[in-house]
Amino acid sequence: MIEFLTSQLGVSIILTVCVLGALLGAVAYCIYFERKISAWIQDRFGPNRVGPRGLLQPIADGAKFLLKEDVIPGHVDKPLFVLAPASIFLVAFIGFAAIPWGGQLQLGDNLVNIQVANPDIGLLYILGVASMGVYGIVLGGWASNNKYSIYGAIRATASMLSYEIPMGLCILVIVLTMGTLRLEQITVLQTGSWLGFIPQWNIFLHPLAFIILFITALAEANRTPFDMPEAEQELVGGYHTEYSALKFGMFFLGEYAHMITASALMAVLFFGGWHLPWIPWTQADAHQWYAVLAKILVISGKIAGFIFLMMWLRWTLPRFRFDRLLWLAWQRLIPATLGLFVLAVILVYTGNHQSPLWALGGNAVILVIMLASGAMARREVTGRQGNLPRTLPADTRGFVGSPSS
Amino acid sequence: MRVAEIEPYAAIGVVILVVTLLTGVMLILAHTVGPRRHGPVKDSVYESGVPPIADARRRFNVRFYMIAVLFLLFDVEVIFLWPWAKLFHGAATTGATLPLENGGEAGKGFLLLGMGLFFALLVFGLLYEWKKGALKWE
Repeated sequence: MIEFLTSQLGVSIILTVCVLGALLGAVAYCIYFERKISAWIQDRFGPNRVGPRGLLQPIADGAKFLLKEDVIPGHVDKPLFVLAPASIFLVAFIGFAAIPWGGQLQLGDNLVNIQVANPDIGLLYILGVASMGVYGIVLGGWASNNKYSIYGAIRATASMLSYEIPMGLCILVIVLTMGTLRLEQITVLQTGSWLGFIPQWNIFLHPLAFIILFITALAEANRTPFDMPEAEQELVGGYHTEYSALKFGMFFLGEYAHMITASALMAVLFFGGWHLPWIPWTQADAHQWYAVLAKILVISGKIAGFIFLMMWLRWTLPRFRFDRLLWLAWQRLIPATLGLFVLAVILVYTGNHQSPLWALGGNAVILVIMLASGAMARREVTGRQGNLPRTLPADTRGFVGSPSS
Repeated sequence: MRVAEIEPYAAIGVVILVVTLLTGVMLILAHTVGPRRHGPVKDSVYESGVPPIADARRRFNVRFYMIAVLFLLFDVEVIFLWPWAKLFHGAATTGATLPLENGGEAGKGFLLLGMGLFFALLVFGLLYEWKKGALKWE
């Protein structure tokens, strides 16, 4: 029994249960923090009734989700209606399996990975699981047989499909640079440093790829500014309009779990995963329990940082118009990521893929091309806004703005 | 296959199993715990209180279909880049070569040439779609 528990598979099983529990708790508290942060940004209090500072709010929410009536309206396609939240939840919570949480731990004679699974196609697994998220949304929208739901589902599909291509290409840039699809290996390759104090993270090689990956992660999770599928003012709730009680909760938990997995992926690919710079672990204590604990805290901190950034953006930026959303994906991000791909190929071919000077120089060239083409394209005005004059005529001023006039 | 190779997939299987069980438990809870009271209004379509005129599953805009077709083409093309990326990195950094069918060996130059042709086709496709106005939402 002890032998099994200290083997990789035993550790994987224990880790599955622990990470799943931690993830469920984290997701519940993400919702609490989202409300607190939105309150802070909008100068309100946020939840503050249940428990000290509202800290027990997620538990109260959970109880409400359970005890409220789970309405299955008469017009829906019942099996699909039940399947949709289940598939969203399932897909959102299996993605974490390939994320490396804390390097390796010495257990007796074994050196085990603090990672549920370390397959040689780790990155492809995460990408595949993430893109399966669209099924639940389509199913939910179709099964609901409701106009709001179906419009939300179609919009979500179009935006998720469009943003998947730049996402794949951004990750491909890292694959080319690192030469492996194992996430643990990618983390280990980033543990060095340049000039002795700059950590050897990929963000210092391909900052543009990171920014584009972050944008696509927002779109894949249907977060503002890309939350067209659930635009409240137009579509009520989008694809989950007809859902209530725990099924609605499953959609909600799935969305936040998706955010956590995407943040973890970004932390691993671009910010060195569990790597804590400036603290050299000696060979003796690199695999001890305290080192592993420190690494887990480090990657959790990085994930929390990304999630805070996502929440901050949500409560700061207005929503994109749908045609602009697809325009951004197809006419801006895809050409830019194709350029980044070519850059990475050139760097690898010439053997300069680990040189920040060459990589950053290439990034600067691509940025200049992007900005120049954007400035040129600005002249052709698109959409309905084209009919509006740039500045309002003087005689309409009193109607649209200041109370003083 | 050795045990070390199959182990991660077994672990992923365990994860999928555990999460499936959890999902099942949540669905069962959803169906058993809460109250259940039906009514004609509650069972009807939610359309902000207005009685719905027609079924929701109607024809939808062809522009969405266009996006789906473009996605299929592009995503398949991008997937082809993945195995190539790993092989190319190996070839360029360690000088490893791939055996060819005619007995020769493919180095990084050969790999670059092959991908160059494929990539040119991909970019040409994108430019063609762009010129044709397929990427425009008008």
